[in-house]
Formats: sequence, C-alpha cells, structure tokens
Amino acid sequence: MRLLVREALQTFRRAPLLSALSITTIGFSLYAVGLFGLVAVNLREALRTVEQRVEVVAYLLRATPPETIAQASQDIAAFPEVGRVTFVSEEEALKRARLELVEFRDAYRDLAVNPLPASLEIQLKEGFRDAAHTSAVADRLKGYGFIDDVRYGREWIEKLDRLRNIAGLVGLTIGLAFAAVAVVIIGVTIRITVLQRAREIAIMRLVGATNGFIRGPFLLEGSLKGLFGGLLAIALCYGTYLLFRGQVELATSGIVFLKPAQVALGVVSGVLIGLGGSLVSVGRHLRNV
Amino acid sequence: MIRFAHVFKDYPKGAALKNVSLHVAKGEFVFLTGHSGAGKSTMLKLLYGELRPSSGELRVSGFSIGDLTPDELPRLRRRLGIVFQDFRLLEDRTAEENVAFALEVTGARADAIPARVMRVLTQVGLAAKALAYPQELSGGEQQRVAIARALVNDPTILIADEPTGNLDERATRGVFQLIREINAGGTAVVMATHDLDLIKQTTYRTVELREGTIVFDSGVDDGAEADEEDA
Repeated sequence: MRLLVREALQTFRRAPLLSALSITTIGFSLYAVGLFGLVAVNLREALRTVEQRVEVVAYLLRATPPETIAQASQDIAAFPEVGRVTFVSEEEALKRARLELVEFRDAYRDLAVNPLPASLEIQLKEGFRDAAHTSAVADRLKGYGFIDDVRYGREWIEKLDRLRNIAGLVGLTIGLAFAAVAVVIIGVTIRITVLQRAREIAIMRLVGATNGFIRGPFLLEGSLKGLFGGLLAIALCYGTYLLFRGQVELATSGIVFLKPAQVALGVVSGVLIGLGGSLVSVGRHLRNV
Repeated sequence: MIRFAHVFKDYPKGAALKNVSLHVAKGEFVFLTGHSGAGKSTMLKLLYGELRPSSGELRVSGFSIGDLTPDELPRLRRRLGIVFQDFRLLEDRTAEENVAFALEVTGARADAIPARVMRVLTQVGLAAKALAYPQELSGGEQQRVAIARALVNDPTILIADEPTGNLDERATRGVFQLIREINAGGTAVVMATHDLDLIKQTTYRTVELREGTIVFDSGVDDGAEADEEDA
C-alpha cells in the first residue's frame, strides 16, 4: 500500500507539468459540465418559483355553514396532491380586491352588498403542480355540493408543463453531450500520461511486475487527478456564480449555487472519471504490450 | 532449464524461426550468434515470454511458453534476469532505486530490500555509485546497474541481448567478466552477441542462427550440469 501511494505521488513530482496539465484539462472539462449544471439548476429554480403560483380556487355557495367548510377543508387538505388549503371569507375577498384591484377601488367602496363569494385556495405540493394533477384535484372539488365553481388557469398550467418538458429534454441532451465530451477529453489526457510512461511500464513488466501492480499507481494517480480536477471545476463554477450573482435576477429570486450534494456529485464524478479513464487506458495498454 | 522442441515463429512478413530445437542445461553458458535478422532476438523474446511460439514446444524454467497465462508471465520473469543492449534503466531513479524496483514489484519485504540491493551493487562493483542517476554513469556502469537489477531476484537464467553492443572495449571486457562470474555461480546464461572476439575468448557453447534456423551448435559445454527435468 505504501509503495502504491509512493509510486502514484512520484508521478506528480516527476512530471509536474503534465500532471498540472491533466488536472487543468479535467478541471475545465468538468467546469463546462458544472456550468451547464449551474444554468440548469437555476432554470429549474426559476420554474419552481413560477410553479408555486399554481393553485386551485374553489368558490363557495353563499350561506354554506362554517362547520361544513371546516370539515371540507380538512378533507381536501388530506388529498395526496394538496399542500395547503386556505379559507378566504367574503369579507377577506373584498378586502383583497380593494387592495389589489386599485382601478376598481371606488366601485368596491360604494357597494351595499358584497358580491364576492368566499373561497378555498388550494396550493398543490411540489411534483403535483402539472395540468393532469391540477385538473384531477379540480374535478374532485366539483363533487362537493357547496362548491359553486372551480378555477385554476388550465391553459397557463399546460404551457408551464410544455416548458418544463422542453427544458428537461434539452437539459438532458445538452448535459449528456457535455458529459460525453468531458469523458473523451479526460480519457485522452490520461491516455497521454500512460503513453508517456510506456517505457516505464515495459520495464516494470520485464522485471516481473503483475498487471495489478502496474495498474495500481495509475488508478490512484487518475483518481487523484480527477479529485483535484473536480475541485478545480467546483472552484471555477463558484467563481462564475459569484461573478454573476449580483447581476442576474431570475423570476423573483436571485441565482442560486449548486447544493452541497450536487457539489459532492461533481467531485465524485471527477474521481470516477479519473479512475475509469485510467482503468481503460492502462488496461488497453497492458493488453497491447 | 530451457528446451526448444521444433519451434516455429511466424510474423506477418515471414518466418523468424524455423524448426528450432535446442536444450540448455542448468548452469550452462550459451552464445547465440548470427547476422542481424537471423532470429536471435526472436529466440530471446520467446524465452522471456514476450512472444509465443507459432508452433512447437518451448519450456523455460518449468513454464510452457506457448500456454503461459497472464498470471504465470510475471512469475516466469522473476526467475529470469534480462539484460539489454540499451540498458533499459528508469532515468529518474538512482542506481539503487532501479535495482530495488525489481524487488519491490515482487512484493519483497521492505526491510530486506536495502541489504539485498547493496549486495548486488557490490557484486557488480558499483556500491560507491548507488545514489547516482543513470545519466551520471558511463555506459559500462549503466550496464552493470542493469545486471545488478537482473541479479537481485537470484535468477536461474540470465538472458542477455547484445549486452556489450553499446560499450567500448574496456567496458565490454568488464561486463563480460561479470557475466562469466554470474555463470560460475550457477546461473545459466543465454547471451546473444555479434562480437566474435568475445566468443573466441572462451570455450562456451556457441549456437549460430541463419535465417531462423540453427546452422551450427558447438555442443553442450562441459561445465554444465545435466538436467533432464526442467527445474
């Protein structure tokens, strides 16, 4: 084990320039993927903010007993899709209308009778804010006898669905393409390292080293380069995030950075690509010599 | 120790060895000679498992080269010492590290390595230059390091491919003397060479190859021990 670590670390000492080049290449390849990830995460975040506005409003018949409304609110809150149910009384509706619809303020002030019905505002849980689930909830609400009408902006939600599907598909395609390019570039970089040490590998074999013995330091070296490349990529992504944070506003919130789990995934990907690339390159080399 | 039985080796451009049969006994010294392209290097590469026979049987130190598995190849090579004309030392390691490396790959105990390395470096007369890098050594000294590396695992056979090909006359004499001493210690030696002067200096067995065929064999050296069974 000590020998394995020594041999792997010696590569960095003996060929510092090539090692730095490998780490930089891995770092920038993963940076491209990370940058794309950053854009994707922020687009999703923006969509999520818009999605939060998805709600179903059930207007109630006048004179519905409060206990009926309270019981129904509890029932509706227990729907798997439903996150929160808010009761809006007739008075509350009028107060809101006066506040929000400024241009009709005078008309609302002079009313003898409040024309606005009470309602239940139903917000859906994340993951259920699409047309199919919204429509299903609306249909179930219509079954209550004291519910006069149900509104939820069908067309708007359907458009949101389409946008989400397109963003997901484009994101997946571009993300995979970026990842594939990164894997190829990193693979070539590691292959160069192996070829640079072809003579050493040949000598190791001549003196009776097993393939496992030869492979070990390369795998450790590849993993370390992947680790450092991954850390470099994260640092570059964070630098880019800081640069744009103050300048870009998406929807109602500012841009966000990758979550700790996504950062960890990036670094682990670096290690795995380094390890996998080394495994393939050394394996192929050992088969051919 | 070594037994070629009707060995053929074909390359895409033609046959390199044709029906070669040869037996080398334990402790024997054999010169392999012939013009360039006669098949000397092919024979040596077959001996250390770099190539496999196209047909025929070749046994080296108990291993059947034609049936050698990936696991057996390192085990075979640890029983052999291999020396080349171009030394094949690791340029970024000292003489001592080059020799130690051959022990490390075998998984030898770390605390036993320095003493064994120093023993062989002393044997080849380079103890004082243990910390020198190859580029700081003369050709003859580099070849001595390569020989020390070949010896450190106590091989049963020393395979030397033109070991004096890159050396001046004085260094050639020194390296050849060293190889003779190793042979005197009981290690079989198969040495490919163009150098007829070296061959004439001794009564060692000489095998001459021409176009992949053995055209001359001076016969078993008297000093060799008989070994019917491969060790």
